[in-house]
Amino acid sequence: MRNALNIIKHHAPNEKRMAWLAFAALTLILLALPFAVDDLFGRGWVRVLDFALLYIMLALGLNIVVGYAGLLDLGYVAFFAVGAYCYALLGSPQFGIHLPFWIVLPLGALLACIFGVLLGAPTLRLRGDYLAIVTLGFGEIIRIFLNNLNAPINITNGPQGISMIDAIHVGGFSLGRTQEIFGITFPSVHLHYYLFLIFTLLVIFVSIRLQDSRIGRAWAAIREDEVAASAMGINTRNIKLLAFAMGATFGGLAGGLFAGFQGFVSPESFGLTESIMILCMVVLGGMGNIGGVVLGGILLVVIPELTRHLAGTAQQALLGKTVIDPESLRMLMFGLALILIMLWRPAGLWPSSQRRRELTSSASSPNA
Amino acid sequence: MTHQPNALLKISGIEKHFGGLAALSDVSLHIQAGEIYGLIGPNGAGKTTLFNILTGLYQADGGKFLFGDIEYDGRSKPHLLARAGIARTFQNIRLFANMSILENVMVGCHVHTHTGIWGALTRHKNARAEEQQIAHRAAKLLDYVGITRAPHMLAKNLSYGEQRRLEIARALATNPKLLALDEPAAGMNATETDSLKTLLQTIRSNGVTVLLIEHDVKLVMGLCDRIAVLDYGKKIAEGMPQEVRNNPAVIAAYLGGDSRVE
Repeated sequence: MRNALNIIKHHAPNEKRMAWLAFAALTLILLALPFAVDDLFGRGWVRVLDFALLYIMLALGLNIVVGYAGLLDLGYVAFFAVGAYCYALLGSPQFGIHLPFWIVLPLGALLACIFGVLLGAPTLRLRGDYLAIVTLGFGEIIRIFLNNLNAPINITNGPQGISMIDAIHVGGFSLGRTQEIFGITFPSVHLHYYLFLIFTLLVIFVSIRLQDSRIGRAWAAIREDEVAASAMGINTRNIKLLAFAMGATFGGLAGGLFAGFQGFVSPESFGLTESIMILCMVVLGGMGNIGGVVLGGILLVVIPELTRHLAGTAQQALLGKTVIDPESLRMLMFGLALILIMLWRPAGLWPSSQRRRELTSSASSPNA
Repeated sequence: MTHQPNALLKISGIEKHFGGLAALSDVSLHIQAGEIYGLIGPNGAGKTTLFNILTGLYQADGGKFLFGDIEYDGRSKPHLLARAGIARTFQNIRLFANMSILENVMVGCHVHTHTGIWGALTRHKNARAEEQQIAHRAAKLLDYVGITRAPHMLAKNLSYGEQRRLEIARALATNPKLLALDEPAAGMNATETDSLKTLLQTIRSNGVTVLLIEHDVKLVMGLCDRIAVLDYGKKIAEGMPQEVRNNPAVIAAYLGGDSRVE
């Protein structure tokens, strides 16, 4: 999409028309996708699509911290949890509070942002492995808090989690049930798809704009050489905190959407494996490159689902019976896929250097 | 000490210890606005340590320095000193290796630009103008230091001599009053050193004071207006190149032996 926009800006009318056509085609595909997937593969896969969008948002948020600013964060899922629990506590029978979606969601993002700064502040002097360990600790602390804040006062309902969370609704229009618009029937998962798509596009837009700016360059400078960056007049403390805050905000946003979509949250959803998965999406897709991260997000949601189906059916077809438990085989295949991808493309599926070359050549052309 | 009208930088009594080692003891220097000032001395004499204190990477254990009209205690943050007008290069080149050469220089413009999150997101008129202006300025600076490569080339792919020049361009982008260069000619061949000399003279004639650490004696003698010699963290000599060259303490420091001989 970035290329398309660039071309629109800089090139001849003919190419401009091509770019608009490509843009229109992409829009149509994205709009039709849930219906096509529903027809071809079944409704379960539309749900997978929704999750892919959520994870893309998370991966893009983490990409700001890890990919742009080079700060290895292994506790990123904590911000997802903060956003999700904020939504859950303010929109469920837990406290009997039912604030509207458009208040709770920004509130969750804001709260996550504050937590981002709180985590960032004590880690400013740390880098690399050391930072990773501290952030890992932070992620676990949040999860353990959520797990144990059911006594003496019950806030989070402990390991049971919070259920019957309000469905996302704007005014009287609820995404929690099938709706009919202009004679077309939109099931709940389809409606969520469109909502998540809007937010994902927003997150992509923000990522692109930030990357290609004074702030983005300062992040990159810190990633490349923090000492030199500070000697060039960059206030490394503020710029790092900004990266933590922005990344956490996206995490909180995705968390709120997740809570509204699932209708249920529990500490189990926010373990270390989740943080690792999100990090995998960023690294496997191509750290620092938005397109790569989006691709990583899609693949790491879709591959485990694919292997879930393949693990059982392939055994049945080949051997006529189920030898290995499909659930264990699924993770084995998933792990194997990760290893193969990283061996095949060590810098990620879609690394950022190519994009960088395009970007800077267009930035230095006279009409940029 | 009397305040000299033209002193850009007055260092007085700077101390720095690493454990029991006195890296700098009671070092004082004056650097006049518009001069090229050389700082020489054997390895481990404390030259780079002094640079690191002037640019905020190390905290001084004692002493102070006056830059322009502001007094610093040697414990300020690097970005504040960069903002005040001290820019530097590094002995072991520290470029932003995976950024383009243009972006490297654009990072140097960070201190004098203001676009924040909001400007980055909306790309309003001022933000666009600022971005265009620094891209333009960065391109001009690349040209100024004599890098003719494509601006989108990654910094790590430059030749060694070009990387040194890029560091100078990046430092100049911060609009410094004082440019501190840590062994800019290290690893350069004679031709490269010659054109570096010309570049430094141009920079000085454009109004930037230059503070230079260098081991290439020929370069230092031919270029600097005044020179200070450090040895074991102490200033052992200061003056015009010719005076310093004949100073017995300096000869002793470089060649070994007892400075009382002669």
